[in-house]
Amino acid sequence: MNYIVSKPELKVVGTRPVRPDGVDKVTGRATFGADMVLPGMVWGKVKRSPHAHARIVSIDTSKALKLPGVKAVITAEDFPNIASEEAFVGEGPMNFRDLSRNCIARDKALYEGHAVAAVAAISQAVADQALDLIDVTYEVLPHVIDVEDAMRPDAPILHDDLFTANVEPKPTKPSNVSKRVYFAKGDAARAFASADVVVEGRYTTAPVHQAYLEPHACVVQVASDGQAIVYSSSQGQFMVRAYCAKLLGWDIANIRAVPLEIGGGFGGKTLVYLEPLALALAQRSGRPVKMQMTREEVFRASGPTSGTVIEVKIGARRDGTIVAAREVLKYQAGAFPGSPVQPGCMCGFAMYDIANVEVIGYDVVSNRPKVAAYRAPGAPMSSYAVESALDDLARKLRIDPIVLREQNGAREGTKTHYGPTHHNIGFLQTLEAAKQSEHWKTPLKARNGGAVGRGIACGFWFNIGGESSGAVHVNEDGSVSVVSGSPDIGGSRASMAMMAAEVLGVPVDKVRPIVGDTSSIGFTHVTGGSRVTFATGMAVTQASEGVVEQLKNRAAQIWEIPPEAVDWRDGKAYPAGSNAGAFEPLDLAEIALRAGKTGGPISSEVSLNAQGAGPGFGAHICDVEVDRETGQVTILRYTAVQDVGKAIHPSYVEGQIQGGAAQGIGWALNEEYIYNAKGQMENPGFLDYRCPVASDLPLIEAIMVEVPNPRHPFGARGVGEVPIVPPMGAVGNAIRDAIGIRMTDLPMSPPKVRAAVDADNGQKAA
Amino acid sequence: MPRVIFSGTAANRFTGGRTEIDVAATTFRRLVKELDERFPGLGSQVEEGMAVAIDGVIYQDAYGAPLSEGAEIYLIPKIAGG
Repeated sequence: MNYIVSKPELKVVGTRPVRPDGVDKVTGRATFGADMVLPGMVWGKVKRSPHAHARIVSIDTSKALKLPGVKAVITAEDFPNIASEEAFVGEGPMNFRDLSRNCIARDKALYEGHAVAAVAAISQAVADQALDLIDVTYEVLPHVIDVEDAMRPDAPILHDDLFTANVEPKPTKPSNVSKRVYFAKGDAARAFASADVVVEGRYTTAPVHQAYLEPHACVVQVASDGQAIVYSSSQGQFMVRAYCAKLLGWDIANIRAVPLEIGGGFGGKTLVYLEPLALALAQRSGRPVKMQMTREEVFRASGPTSGTVIEVKIGARRDGTIVAAREVLKYQAGAFPGSPVQPGCMCGFAMYDIANVEVIGYDVVSNRPKVAAYRAPGAPMSSYAVESALDDLARKLRIDPIVLREQNGAREGTKTHYGPTHHNIGFLQTLEAAKQSEHWKTPLKARNGGAVGRGIACGFWFNIGGESSGAVHVNEDGSVSVVSGSPDIGGSRASMAMMAAEVLGVPVDKVRPIVGDTSSIGFTHVTGGSRVTFATGMAVTQASEGVVEQLKNRAAQIWEIPPEAVDWRDGKAYPAGSNAGAFEPLDLAEIALRAGKTGGPISSEVSLNAQGAGPGFGAHICDVEVDRETGQVTILRYTAVQDVGKAIHPSYVEGQIQGGAAQGIGWALNEEYIYNAKGQMENPGFLDYRCPVASDLPLIEAIMVEVPNPRHPFGARGVGEVPIVPPMGAVGNAIRDAIGIRMTDLPMSPPKVRAAVDADNGQKAA
Repeated sequence: MPRVIFSGTAANRFTGGRTEIDVAATTFRRLVKELDERFPGLGSQVEEGMAVAIDGVIYQDAYGAPLSEGAEIYLIPKIAGG
């Protein structure tokens, strides 16, 4: 049933109730991974490589095993040596050999922080002592950190069996370039020749971490019959179960994964790091094992997103019509193949109707932690380059930057350069809302003689659907329990409860939602890709509809009339018409009370593979002040406009938009991994890895544009990823407006801005 | 007939450079089988690692997705997220 068409006056969807997990979180009662304890528990800790690239000659664990209090020590030899096998599971293509070797190094350590052994001991102190007693002999190898260095023919090779895919002739020598990606539409080379104006640039972005507040943590236990329970914070309990089973060679049915509250993931918790090690340690020690990363370990050993080098070129006619576009993207994958270069190639120009496009991408391994997904993986870097070039084009043509984007913006029927045609999208409406915003219409004023500027940039993300399960149970008193398989990161329990309440016609406070473990709800893919409200929401909606059908049936039994003669409205059963009979309406509680007499418990579970997630578009406006003396950039005002389909819970949609913008501003201005000459990270902590904090940012105004997605019952689109795509472009364009300098190297931190100002002054003086 | 259009690298690897192919298949499942029969390896490549966009709507892992007469089908990389 499609409620956006048949039920225009929604009673619950679109309102702002208090989130059901709110009290637990503000009172500290919520149980996160690090809060979990089990009786008899011991502590697991990881020994990590100090070298960026080294052959592991030997690992001697004998001294550690003799230390009193040590219960188990493991190395890669305690895990199956998995052959290369790529499968698309959960969040993307996964090679289980690589995943296994990322969890614990086999033969070679490929980055500083790479796990080489792990111990379980009666206390953290004993575990630390044991780590010191593990004797690892390394043969240190030359390393390579940056993406273009790794692509050079003479670069140190990480994997002897890695040959560049998708190039002709087929390579005979191994390379750090794992694959080439190519998309083309029309004839870009010819179209550039006909362009009146061409802009181009070369942009670099630093690897940045998802920087979730909660470090990775888990507690596991393994019974003597092989049945295991994993308690952990992740973006998918079914992902944890599947990956652990694969890496350990166990049956999936022997692992029950229980999702705990999660303190942020942003894509970085769509993988396992500790859980397989903890299970192996628990099996050997016979004791429950707890493991949790320090912040330093999170930085050194869990996935950031790619650092990149991107070249972009755009050609247009004098009237502003873009006739050709080209982009070359080089993305670091970290120690194993699998950067998000492919979506990067697809997203940069996806917002625009351009007849001739050529995009080439390279996936490149280097001696850094293997990258993990990060909100709209691959898109922010690509859009930073494209949106900067578009700003240059607007300046060159003397066209308003929003008008230029409107003129070339994707609309109904626009064919993308990667193939599909856009339908039911809201990009032009988003641009119009930006243009009509108070922010855009308010002239920018200089403050105390400082350099101020305004920039705008846009962003796109596909959004996805996928496999989800949702169950709705009517309790004996008429209250309702909703169980879904999706870990709640952005308020999804509230959204699930609201959609169920809307369908059932009951107040939302009568619906209590929970996240089920792998044994209590059907398979559900990870919380990622902005899929939960769309896909799991669809499952919960359909399960609620199943409950309504049962409620009508039960009322029919009570009234002794056919089920089709019963209507369900506003939480009550009514006779469908006068011919059905004259009966007082029955509400949900009255029917639930007699459930045992009318067929038993009333519940419904739906598992589905949701298709047709509608893409999302955003447009961000940013005002900055640049201190030419220090290079400090201050965000004065920030507005984020986004097509959200239908906002199920507007506050959480606004929260997603604000959070994505804040993370993108950090990416733009301050965040980066700093390596020394040995390939060791020098800033693995929040003091030196500078994320924006509340005092760094103004209130980020979120403007929601609602262009419904016709393939979701309430019109919802994913909203979690689009807002991190535009900020780097918006901030860069604002800085360009303020000081007349195009910053092409992220982060645009004070030293870089100051250097750019000095260089500009030097050029002007010369 | 539905038409399959390749915009990425699959065309070079499997179809000898042909970028547009008319197919008789009426569902995604049948499309996979037909592609594998005509271009060995392509069907399994599509099934394991690709999504389809049928008249603009992206389907991932959907055997039953219908291919109407004249449908425009793009094979694209599967999309994940963060």
